[in-house]
Amino acid sequence: MSRSIRLFTFAAPSRFFALSGFLLPWLWLAAIGFALAGLYMGFFVAPTDATQGDSYRIIFVHVPAAWMSMVLYLVMAGWAVFGWAANARLASMVARALAPTGAMFTFLALWTGALWGKPTWGTWWVWDARLTSELILLFLYLGYMALVESIDDVRRADHAGALLALVGAINVPIIYFSVKWWNTLHQGATISMTAAPKMAATMLNAMLLMTIAFWAYSFAVVFMRTRAIVLERERQAQWVIDLAAREAKEVK
Amino acid sequence: MSGGVFMLVAARDLRLAGRRRFEALLPVVFFIVAASLFPLGVGPEPQVLRQIAPGVVWVCALLAAMLSLNTLFASDHQDGSLEQMLLSRHSTIMVAAGKALAHWLLTGLPLILAAPVLGVLFDMRASSILTMEAGLILGTPVLSLLGSIGAALTLGLRSGGVLILLLVLPLCIPVLIFGAGAVGSVDVGLSAAGHLSLLGALLLLALVAAPPAAAAALRISMS
Repeated sequence: MSRSIRLFTFAAPSRFFALSGFLLPWLWLAAIGFALAGLYMGFFVAPTDATQGDSYRIIFVHVPAAWMSMVLYLVMAGWAVFGWAANARLASMVARALAPTGAMFTFLALWTGALWGKPTWGTWWVWDARLTSELILLFLYLGYMALVESIDDVRRADHAGALLALVGAINVPIIYFSVKWWNTLHQGATISMTAAPKMAATMLNAMLLMTIAFWAYSFAVVFMRTRAIVLERERQAQWVIDLAAREAKEVK
Repeated sequence: MSGGVFMLVAARDLRLAGRRRFEALLPVVFFIVAASLFPLGVGPEPQVLRQIAPGVVWVCALLAAMLSLNTLFASDHQDGSLEQMLLSRHSTIMVAAGKALAHWLLTGLPLILAAPVLGVLFDMRASSILTMEAGLILGTPVLSLLGSIGAALTLGLRSGGVLILLLVLPLCIPVLIFGAGAVGSVDVGLSAAGHLSLLGALLLLALVAAPPAAAAALRISMS
């Protein structure tokens, strides 16, 4: 191809399919490599915390997962709305592919938070503002997935999901501040999680490595899911039929 | 002209509900029955009841408002009149707003009228009941407005009823927090003005933002 790459070159599902196929092995390699480095640094290099002992080491999974859960919701809402407004099919497909990964990270953040809370505060769960908001974020992800899955018409599902994600994204700050205020009025949690002690540089580095690993993992798995959605939706297109024929020949 | 269609849609829904009177009363009956279950579940101590009363009343109001949502557009969708409304030259936003108003008059208003009875059942003080009423007056329209978005998105879906709950309930959490919080602050001798002001702010935001969102959802669902 001698044509130059323009802004929307990879918005065509066939070109996206080729590009993501090329990138996927590198993304998986980066995800695994950075995760191994981050985990090694987190579990073997980083010093034991003076007050929390070794139980604090879950933050190397917990904090990046919580970051990803929030970022992915905004990214999902952004692509969904872009797909709705600009009628870009691939953007809608990416939005759909993002939702399960975002929900998984939200669940992971809640789960590891509970594992961390038990030895540190002596309880699996407190109705703290952050925990409650994260739980509500999980509900928002589930609502989005339930809505797009229960609409058979693809176009309607994409657009309805975009509207819901947009309403949810507007609501997230309102929910966060109302929960925060509710929490301070109730004096539910006596432990302050905002007063984080100064972190050692190795701890921060391990956390950053894990964050990069989670980003790479998110890209890889979202690309894989998008590729599956592309193939499913474009099964009538000539390039998919050609691709299937080529694969069938290789198997023989 | 667009103000006219707003009132016409609301008046039409009220007239339709007037022909099925018992059906129109179902949300408020649910509200009272569901709230009456709590004393049976947690025990009849007045101290406990008084403490949980605002939360129970608000959660039951929330669920009662959600229950009647899936009928908001459904019958008009089935007989094709919703399609005619969208095809007309009138603003879809006004149609959606009129529908939300009708839903509030049929669900929210009866809940507001029935809530003092529950307040007495839960042994609430007069000042707490008054605050709860003020909160319900500001908060229930928000539920109807947010609910109209959910109802429009799930129009004609198989699993519509439960799906609306999953979509709309998380969005209603701020209303629940400030509504119940207003009564709670009066109970401990503080002013409820802050909570009520925030409820008012939520109402204004929902009034401006929800009808266009519901109209867009209707266009998505009907296209």
